Amino acid sequence: MKIEDFISKIEEEFEDVNKGQLKPESKIREHFEWDSVNALVFIAMVNVEYDVVITAEDLQKSETVQDIFTTIQEKKAAA
Amino acid sequence: MAIFPIPGVRISGVSACVPSRIYENRNYDLIGEKERYTLIKTIGVESKRHVEPDTTSSDLCYHAAERLLKDMGWNREKVDLLVFVSQTRDYLMPATACILQDRLGLSKNCLAFDLDLGCSGYVYGLSVVFSMLANAGLKNALLLTGEIPTPNINYKDKSTFPLFGDAGAATAIEYDGISEAWFNLQTDGSGYKAIHIPDGAMRNYPDPQKSFNEEKISKGIVRSRVQIALDGMTVFNFTMKEVRPNVLALLEKADKTNEEIDYFVFHQANRLMNETIRKQLKIDSEKYPYSIDRFGNTSSVSIPLTMVAELRNKITEGRNHMLFAGFGVGLSWGSCLLETDRVVCPELIEMV
Repeated sequence: MKIEDFISKIEEEFEDVNKGQLKPESKIREHFEWDSVNALVFIAMVNVEYDVVITAEDLQKSETVQDIFTTIQEKKAAA
Repeated sequence: MAIFPIPGVRISGVSACVPSRIYENRNYDLIGEKERYTLIKTIGVESKRHVEPDTTSSDLCYHAAERLLKDMGWNREKVDLLVFVSQTRDYLMPATACILQDRLGLSKNCLAFDLDLGCSGYVYGLSVVFSMLANAGLKNALLLTGEIPTPNINYKDKSTFPLFGDAGAATAIEYDGISEAWFNLQTDGSGYKAIHIPDGAMRNYPDPQKSFNEEKISKGIVRSRVQIALDGMTVFNFTMKEVRPNVLALLEKADKTNEEIDYFVFHQANRLMNETIRKQLKIDSEKYPYSIDRFGNTSSVSIPLTMVAELRNKITEGRNHMLFAGFGVGLSWGSCLLETDRVVCPELIEMV
């Protein structure tokens, strides 16, 4: 699992995120509108790519791209 | 676990009827242009059908059934069983199935009752009808599914208004002694509030002071207590977790692989949810038809409606292994695996 792949998945999924813009330390709320629809799209993408279910609360607690990635890794390890 | 085969029964016909009034989501001006674009892309509903104020679920089913009975050439005296599935029945009492039995001119020897299920209702309805035909010596049955959610949604609720559409369907089912169908049915009532109309029946009897007042739940979500409340996140999590294991267990018990299935006709919940399930189960897009773009989420009607709207040429000609899955309100979910052979399927009916 590489964070670079995670970032390219996000770039593919969200039209508003320009390529090369997002870094592990990027604050996600500066790049996304965390409305309920985008949150669902994000959760679905994580589920399909990593086979884990992250929740809306997980997203709310995360500040950076790295934070979300760490949550995914932890869930993956616990699965 | 409720995974079981039912021998000797098959689907021999299917028809569907939608209201002619089209609602285009591009005209949904409660939200701004950008949000609307994302919403339509995500839920996958470009347009859907809305009933006129005097049309009910049973009216849509009546037209679907009339046409199907004619095309099947069935003798109405020989329809032994009528099951009506809906979350939007004509009356609190009596059962709408009784009204349809009379209106369709079926015999007094016809057994008729309602099943109060939604998104999972088609699969559950099939299981009940198949069981009765297999075990009770009955020969011919009509499974009618009808839903008119649009009178129960608030224009000011962006979580429901753009999603739901109205439709009715009729499925003709026969005992043949040869076919085999498999079912896997599940329930989790702890999530009953995830898709819910709080007031209007007996737990919260309609109160003229409280039930009809609009409440602001959050930004873009205003509704009264007699309208549909949808907790999208809970439903989404439930679907992501539960549908795949249900379908995989069904395939395993029935000793079938993904590749042996010709079409996976799944409840049209919303495009994002359906695509997530498709990818989880590694189903080819060509085997996974969508009708949600033109009809929205029509609850228990979405599976037969998709068959009529998207697979008519395929199911009327050859033999097909079909896998159906319905999931949602209850929470209730189930899947069904069966084979169809030259199903009678009239063109989609529009009710003026």
